[in-house]
Amino acid sequence: MSKILIGRYVPGNSLVYKMDPRGKLLVTILFIFIIFLANNWVTYAIITIFSFLAVAATKLKAKVFWDGVKPLIWLILFTSVLQLFFTTGGQIYWNWIIFTISSYGITNAIYIFIRFTLIILISTVMTVTTMPLEIADAMEWILTPLKYVKVPIDKIALVMSIALRFVPTLFDETLKIMNAQRSRGADFNNGGLIKRAKAITPLLVPLFINSLETAVDLSTAMESRGYRDGANRTRYRILKWSKYDLYELAYFIILVLLLLVFRTK
Amino acid sequence: MSIKFEKVSYTYFPGSPLEKKGLDNVSFKIKEGQFIAIIGHTGSGKSTLMQHFNALLKPSKGRIEIAGQTILPTTSNKNLKELRKHVSLVFQFPEAQLFENTVLDDIAFGPKNFGYSEQKAKEKAWTWLTRVGLPKSVANRSPFDLSGGQMRQVAIAGVMAYEPDILCLDEPAAGLDPRARKQMMGLFSKYQQEGHTVILVTHNMDDVANYANDVLVMESGKLIKHARPAEVFKDRSWLKEHYIEEPKASLFASKLTNFTFSNTPLTIKELVKGIENNLKE
Ligand SMILES: Nc1ncnc2c1ncn2[C@@H]1O[C@H](COP(=O)(O)OP(=O)(O)OP(=O)(O)O)[C@@H](O)[C@H]1O
Ligand SMILES: [Mg+2]
Repeated sequence: MSKILIGRYVPGNSLVYKMDPRGKLLVTILFIFIIFLANNWVTYAIITIFSFLAVAATKLKAKVFWDGVKPLIWLILFTSVLQLFFTTGGQIYWNWIIFTISSYGITNAIYIFIRFTLIILISTVMTVTTMPLEIADAMEWILTPLKYVKVPIDKIALVMSIALRFVPTLFDETLKIMNAQRSRGADFNNGGLIKRAKAITPLLVPLFINSLETAVDLSTAMESRGYRDGANRTRYRILKWSKYDLYELAYFIILVLLLLVFRTK
Repeated sequence: MSIKFEKVSYTYFPGSPLEKKGLDNVSFKIKEGQFIAIIGHTGSGKSTLMQHFNALLKPSKGRIEIAGQTILPTTSNKNLKELRKHVSLVFQFPEAQLFENTVLDDIAFGPKNFGYSEQKAKEKAWTWLTRVGLPKSVANRSPFDLSGGQMRQVAIAGVMAYEPDILCLDEPAAGLDPRARKQMMGLFSKYQQEGHTVILVTHNMDDVANYANDVLVMESGKLIKHARPAEVFKDRSWLKEHYIEEPKASLFASKLTNFTFSNTPLTIKELVKGIENNLKE
């Protein structure tokens, strides 16, 4: 059993955790589209409030979400600044060669900032409340229609779940081997590029060998339990819709309706 | 010199929902040059404690003095090589750390890292190859062609080859056959008698009884007893309460209800002596 976080899942049991991963994934994807319905202050305010309520519904610490936004904060700021300087229109406040600060630029920059941040927040809500394996199941479900154009969804899903399952194992293993080699005087943190590249051999070789062994063991175990390619199989984790998904759907529909009503035509 | 832990606590994933106490306010002082056993059941914090000896984990709180160095929560990750040369760790299933093309090169990896010349490292590798009980013929073979037990021997030789003053072992004999186990324990015992400190994490109480002169008993991250083996195994009800097994000899003695033993025998030798004494009377 591994204790390492995979993906960004954070254990909890609020309302959002009880929702079906398929619903969460779908709504998250749709959210990225419907955010473009917002085009004035009122609609941006509405979607911001709705998003923050969703964040609050997870009952997780704000830090979890800040950790989601933090790595992208520079990208968000950079994009906003570009908008600020390169959008023209409305009242012009300042101009220098090709840079302009205009009233349109200012509102656009703020809009972009909000849009970006909200998309990250909402995806964070999904990734922190849904286990990676559930996300994989949900993706498989969403991709099911592709079966009819002969895309091997089952196989892709199997590969995906196995990969996800072994990420923490691999992580544990890496840490263990690193510590073992550190005890033998290996140094992974100091030295130039070549020295560091060299230092990584004692880590990579055992890791590869271990992974290959694990893979062989896994395939033997699967075969000995009668796993066959292409057979119709039942599921261990059965996804079920519940009343919480209805709440989610209702919440989403209300948001869309409000946006449609208040957006500038 | 001695190894000193002062109110050491360690927390895994502090501040996250997965936060977990690995060590909880552990303090002790042990003399160097001894054979020290760390016991306690699964999840009690033995491996966590071990990794503090050479600063692979640093205390979240408290301070450690070992091999003339002090480890604090603020100790930097750089310059730990000197410490690790003196205090070395053999992890559970160390065979997973082998990577070189030949057995000899793998054993020489540690010595080379710690500043031995190529020549000297090879020499050390040869010495320890034979000391751990491997035949000379495996020296130039790939470590991956060996049996599991032999790979374990190579890995252990790889750590002993630079002769650390303090050798810490995390269940080194797990999964070995009785003969290989005895041979390996003999190796560590000899190493200790040559003037080094051996710290052994083990679930085997006979090993504790046979080799250790100081025992640390862990439970849920806390040190619940620190005493000589005779002291630890004296109180049968305490052992039961903490789910610690007795050595075979003392268990055997407890079943001989007609016999009286002045001291509970811990090893087979003591047991035989005790029975002889009883028969003489
Ligand atoms: N990498 C880790 N991340 C989070 N928690 C950990 C980690 N390693 C250990 N723990 C936790 O710390 C506690 C002590 O673990 P430790 O590995 O030190 O136990 P142990 O006494 O060595 O057990 P065993 O006899 O099974 O080897 C356990 O509750 C464990 O779940
Ligand atoms: Mg352990």
